[in-house]
Amino acid sequence: MTPESGSQGPAPDRNGHTVIGAGAAARQVAARHSRGRLWLAGFQAATVVAIVALAALVYNVTSNSMGLIAYTVAVDAATLTAEGVSVKEMRRDEMVRILESRLSAQRLRVLDVQGPLAQRSHGELSRILEREVIRPKVVRSFGALESVFRRAEIEAQVGREHPDARLTWRRWWDWQFVTSPQSSYPEFAGIRTAILGSLWMIAITVAVAMPVGVAAGIYLEEYADRGRRINQLIQTNINNLAGVPSIIYGILGLTVFVRALEPLTSGAALGLTDPTTANGRTILSAGLTMALLVLPVIIITTQESVRTVPPSMREASFGLGATRWQTVRHHVLPYALPGILTGAILSVSRALGETAPLVVVGASTFITTDPTGPFSKFTVLPMQVYQWTSRPQDTFRDIAAAAIIVLLVLLLLLNSVAIVLRNRYTVRY
Amino acid sequence: MWLPWAPLVVQPQVRTGWGRVPARPPPPGRAARLERRKPADDAVAALTRDIDGRAATEVLDLSRRRRPGEGAIEGLLFLAGAVSIATTVAIVFILVEESAKFFAGPEVGLIAFFTGTVWQPRIGLFGLWPLLNATLMVTAIGMAVALPLGLLSAVYLSEYASARVRSVLKPILEVLAGIPTVVYGYFALTFVTPILRSIFGPDVVQIYNVASAGLVVGILIIPLVASLSEDALHAVPLGLREAAYGVGATRLETSLQVVVPAAFSGIAAAFILAISRAVGETMVVAVAAGAGPNFTFNPFYAAETITGHIVRISGGDLSYDSVDYQSIFGLALVLFFMTLALNVLSGRVVRRFREVYE
Repeated sequence: MTPESGSQGPAPDRNGHTVIGAGAAARQVAARHSRGRLWLAGFQAATVVAIVALAALVYNVTSNSMGLIAYTVAVDAATLTAEGVSVKEMRRDEMVRILESRLSAQRLRVLDVQGPLAQRSHGELSRILEREVIRPKVVRSFGALESVFRRAEIEAQVGREHPDARLTWRRWWDWQFVTSPQSSYPEFAGIRTAILGSLWMIAITVAVAMPVGVAAGIYLEEYADRGRRINQLIQTNINNLAGVPSIIYGILGLTVFVRALEPLTSGAALGLTDPTTANGRTILSAGLTMALLVLPVIIITTQESVRTVPPSMREASFGLGATRWQTVRHHVLPYALPGILTGAILSVSRALGETAPLVVVGASTFITTDPTGPFSKFTVLPMQVYQWTSRPQDTFRDIAAAAIIVLLVLLLLLNSVAIVLRNRYTVRY
Repeated sequence: MWLPWAPLVVQPQVRTGWGRVPARPPPPGRAARLERRKPADDAVAALTRDIDGRAATEVLDLSRRRRPGEGAIEGLLFLAGAVSIATTVAIVFILVEESAKFFAGPEVGLIAFFTGTVWQPRIGLFGLWPLLNATLMVTAIGMAVALPLGLLSAVYLSEYASARVRSVLKPILEVLAGIPTVVYGYFALTFVTPILRSIFGPDVVQIYNVASAGLVVGILIIPLVASLSEDALHAVPLGLREAAYGVGATRLETSLQVVVPAAFSGIAAAFILAISRAVGETMVVAVAAGAGPNFTFNPFYAAETITGHIVRISGGDLSYDSVDYQSIFGLALVLFFMTLALNVLSGRVVRRFREVYE
């Protein structure tokens, strides 16, 4: 925009403006436009970085969650029976006989207490057989892409480094992964306890945060006198709470719910203590902590969607003699509902992915029993990802990737529900 | 004169689409009130005969009724709003109270806490700087990534992109913003760190390092910066752009010299919020930055941030009376005030520097 100036340029006229010739002007405009194109490339590149990052993340997770694995076994399944069949083809009585001959008496007693071997299903028996007798152990795992394109090299490498290992393709996030409980062997670990823990926690969070959040949002938009200091204080406070790091909420939950309210959150006050726990580190504490964490989000989205209800709606209702609550209940709430629900779903997805406060509140690091109620100790899906990622072994990283995939699929489902709700029920005036 | 609180005399019958429906008789309490007002009511009744000349036979009381339910509901709604106040009060009270125990203990002094450069609870040294330094390094690296990239993509989205491109890019940013932070931690540890190690050499870059955590925190914050800045750019009135084009500015000149300065307050607020978010970010650093306080300025070394330390200490089984347990409250207090100051500052910037048009 500034014309070229300098000693060799044309002299300014009497108004101080520099007059340049048509050729110089054309050159200048061309230069400005090429500068514009250069910057545009920069803008586009910056935007592309976000896409590349997302692509890299998705690639990294998928690639780690499946691929070739090299594994060794303690006992070859083919040597277990005379016919040399695989575990799937064995009969139940054969499997029971093998287990009884191969396992120690003590281990058999433990299994019998959980459920007599003879009465167990084929699937259950084959899992026990695999876990306790065959004992596969992953010695090396490869990413999905290299498994596909460099299979020959991988086979050679495995043959060299682990002569007794077998190579097979494994996708970690299968149905068995979703339905198995946690295990200290990554080959058999699953996320059932974590998924159930997440569901319980979300249920408590929603049951607490939704009514309180929506009520607070309605109060601030429909009832509060903005001139009063207390209402301004509440509003400012909510905006600031939304910016408090989630780990601080964890510390709040630890002090208030886990420690101060321990008789209540452990269920002792109601005589409902879960035998596996005797302290306040329960699903209830986690759910309440999470409810406080998502409360500002729900309040703010409620306020925003209540604000979009046109004033004429309220005026018409008041004009007919309705009271304030009747107006809110029958006119404002129904029209604001899609927005409120969208906000609720977004806050649920926030709660589903949040990890830090739960570490502080005391999610269990290792439990194999399903949670049975609000007073059980628990673990949640992102917690499981964190645990497995923190382990040095590659196989745990692989199942962490599988757990991430399950988590992301759940989040994607939730968000699509939110988008559908928003598009389907949004009323325009 | 019409007085809204005076009883109105109306026709006792309500006209509906299907004929006349007799009104219900008034409750006894209301009848008693009518007795007292007899003369005035008679006068009004005389004035309000309907077309057929029939006198009003009944009085409907529309005066303001006491509605205890309404008041109770408003009270309940207010209580729900007050929960947020209670939360803040509880946070501040707990942090201050437990930190007071921490600082009052024989092991730690306030000055030693804020000036010490060694954090070794085992030998009784609680110097904040190793943790704070790591937090600041992660934040600085993250901001070096997130601020330019976020702002540039905001300018692109707001000033250049067509509606179709926007409809593709915005959901991608939303997806990036919705991914749980622990997943980003996994990404930092299993993807970014190996890349850094292959570029700079495994001897230079440790397995757990601040650089990879910082880079990924940056990626994580791009959507926040981009969407807040884009909102600010979007709010600049079209007239400003048209005026710039009118005097012959190119699109770039309009964007950088007219629109961005006009949206300065919003962009600055977005930047400050981004810093606050990076300071409080926990899972990425807990997974990728390493465990163990380390006072270093080398981004390729492992170092523990404030948040990372809180997670590691509270993740273990700790007894509630130990100094370790109290120390996380001291750290949380520092963290809380850092983020609170940044959030308040961000709000101030918006109000102070906002350009108001029309």
